[in-house]
Amino acid sequence: MIVGEQKPIMEILQMVSPHKKLLILGCGTCVKTCFAGGEDEVTTLASVLRLALKTKDIFVQIEELTVERQCEDAFIAEAADAVSRNEAVLSLACGAGVQAVARRFPRSLVLPGVNTTFLGVLERRGLFTEECSGCGDCQLAVFGGICPVTRCAKKLLNGPCGGSRNGKCEVNADTDCAWHLIIERLSAQGRLNQLRAYVPPKQWQASLSGGPRKLIREDHVI
Amino acid sequence: MKTEPISNLERVLSEGRFAVTAECGPPRGANAEVIRKKGALLKEVVDAVNVTDNQTAIVRMSSISSCAHLLALGIEPVMQMVTRDRNRIALQSDILGAYSLGIQNILCLSGDHQRFGSQPDSLNVFDIDSMNLVRTVYTMREEGTDMSGHLLDGSPRMYIGAAANPFADPFEYRVIRLAKKIDAGADFIQTQCVYNLERFRQWMSMASGEGLTEKVHILAGVTPIKSAGMARYMAKNVAGMDVPESIIRRMSQVPKEKAAEEGIAICLETVAALQEIPGVHGIHIMAIEWEEQVKIIVERAGLLPRP
Repeated sequence: MIVGEQKPIMEILQMVSPHKKLLILGCGTCVKTCFAGGEDEVTTLASVLRLALKTKDIFVQIEELTVERQCEDAFIAEAADAVSRNEAVLSLACGAGVQAVARRFPRSLVLPGVNTTFLGVLERRGLFTEECSGCGDCQLAVFGGICPVTRCAKKLLNGPCGGSRNGKCEVNADTDCAWHLIIERLSAQGRLNQLRAYVPPKQWQASLSGGPRKLIREDHVI
Repeated sequence: MKTEPISNLERVLSEGRFAVTAECGPPRGANAEVIRKKGALLKEVVDAVNVTDNQTAIVRMSSISSCAHLLALGIEPVMQMVTRDRNRIALQSDILGAYSLGIQNILCLSGDHQRFGSQPDSLNVFDIDSMNLVRTVYTMREEGTDMSGHLLDGSPRMYIGAAANPFADPFEYRVIRLAKKIDAGADFIQTQCVYNLERFRQWMSMASGEGLTEKVHILAGVTPIKSAGMARYMAKNVAGMDVPESIIRRMSQVPKEKAAEEGIAICLETVAALQEIPGVHGIHIMAIEWEEQVKIIVERAGLLPRP
């Protein structure tokens, strides 16, 4: 899923203060799961903003709404009336959702309330870890199902650098060395020899390096 | 195909002599005099001078231009090149340019992560890794083509080095990685600083067991320790460094004013031990901002004059 984190309250306050009528628009999918922008977060943020603005003697009328997914037009359409009666929209979706809302309502001011951080998994309650960069050319089969492009700080494809110690990354002692994990897993599977093969340079053309990407499914186009 | 030795370093190693190289860090500024001074301290003391490429991710004079300053003094450089800061287009372009300036040795590295440097907000590139860089330089030399397969008008013939860290985890993979670097095209290997001789011997014997010491020239890294504080710092804070407790204790037991002398003594004992290990073909001295000690070490180790 897409993992995000709500922006610091001071940054949000600065963005919303100039507007008299504000819609806080939540998203009920990924950012709900990571506690950044679901219905609960919309309610909490609205209360916090009301209090904070009151202490500064700034009056902003705040409306709350959450749609199922801000990255899909059918759901965004449900917000049309609420958007039209407010001066600005603070979207708590990921960056894709914010842009989709802004595209649907081009005359409205749409502000981001969340920092979209990564594609990750819920490792345990309250802990999300980055696992995928969406590079467009998945080579997980080579690396025992652990992605060095995302999880090695140097994106090394041919083995660990000289800095890993006790299975931890030299960049951050709280982070597992991806290569340590890869070697451990392939050793346990008796397939360590797989790593003896030279891995050629990565083809970044399939990644964001090739510009924003598009996926067309002809069989689903109407 | 490569036949005659390309560089002096290759000549020394291929003649079976015990090679000596030393490290030279460029200045944090445009003052070429710093390079010339360090060069003068190392001239005729070592077979080649290894120039770092923005080491520890701190902006310094480029490796390529520092190498050119050394060449002007008649000193053979080994140009370090890291994949952290340049994509494959820039790396290949700089290899061509470096060779055109007379640079004949290259050490291919991934590079220290920018988190440790002076500008941690910078974007790292890592378009390719050090293994890919070794293969790139090798293909340029042997096939005369760049990474796209384009035939080069004048191919760089470089003597190719790569790094190995016998002390990093996971240990069992370290020899496999060395084998991969040799297959990719490495002619010589420079290791992380050796303080833990026991572990180094173990790694060498594993490498030798795989027949790797017959395929590549291994230069063991050494760094003289200036003080007990430096020993402790390296043991605790430098990624991939293995400084045994016995070394720290030895440095702590001598009075402060004798610490440097003790550090040199440890270094000389290490060099003597390394010369006895089968498959070690030379040493690489990394006397960080202590270049004046290199001549003393090489002389006292009985390795002067250089061939």
